[in-house]
Amino acid sequence: MELSLATRTVGEHTVLEVGGEVDVYTAPRLRERLLELIDGGAHRVVVDLGRVDFLDSTGLGVLVGALKRLRAAGGSFALVCDKEPLLKIFRITALDQVFPLHPTVDAAIAADTTGA
Amino acid sequence: MATVKLSFSPAPVHVRTARLVGVAVARRAGVREDLLDEVRLAIGEACTRAVALHRQYGLAEPVYVEMSDGGGYSVRVVDRAPIEAGLGLAALGPDELAKESLSEDALTTGVGFALLAGFVEDLQVRPVEDGVGTEVRMSWPAGRA
Repeated sequence: MELSLATRTVGEHTVLEVGGEVDVYTAPRLRERLLELIDGGAHRVVVDLGRVDFLDSTGLGVLVGALKRLRAAGGSFALVCDKEPLLKIFRITALDQVFPLHPTVDAAIAADTTGA
Repeated sequence: MATVKLSFSPAPVHVRTARLVGVAVARRAGVREDLLDEVRLAIGEACTRAVALHRQYGLAEPVYVEMSDGGGYSVRVVDRAPIEAGLGLAALGPDELAKESLSEDALTTGVGFALLAGFVEDLQVRPVEDGVGTEVRMSWPAGRA
């Protein structure tokens, strides 16, 4: 399935819903969208991976890039993921210790204690 | 034993095709259904790595993939890039992954290796026997021969 990207705002958070396959071919589009959001002033970003059915190292690289960019700017970045196959990818790469991972968007927002 | 061979121009768009074919052949070979996600990811990572190397070295030659089901399901992904120092790359720890100085490319390469090593029990990365390049060999148990 092709990559799908949809953005919505929840309070002070920007939620990017990602669906489909994030791989070496589609990851550049995810990177562009994240950069647009961050450059456009999004400071607290939640990426919802709930409808992602494939995620590879290139996609993970893009997500880490966004995390670093936002942290450097004093913002926050969190991921929403509750699918075991994807969670296993985060564990194997040790990225589960790098990203805040939450089962739902609400939980991700509630856990964000970054100053507004 | 049945063999399926695939070679594709080193473009990211074709990696998905290689994954789809790889999983179709694995299913046909009798690889357990719950292993297919891992097969898909591993073939994708091996092909992504090969495409990245061909692009890095400006090589137009195709990436070659061979899948066979003789006594298990095995996949070879062959690139034609000069042998890399990155072959035995150690997995990056969480502190290194989060470091500002680590480039996205370096991170992606490290994470790709971690995924291959983590998802493929029987993994070998070695120089090709003929000419320049590296082959990634992976295999999984399969029900039918």
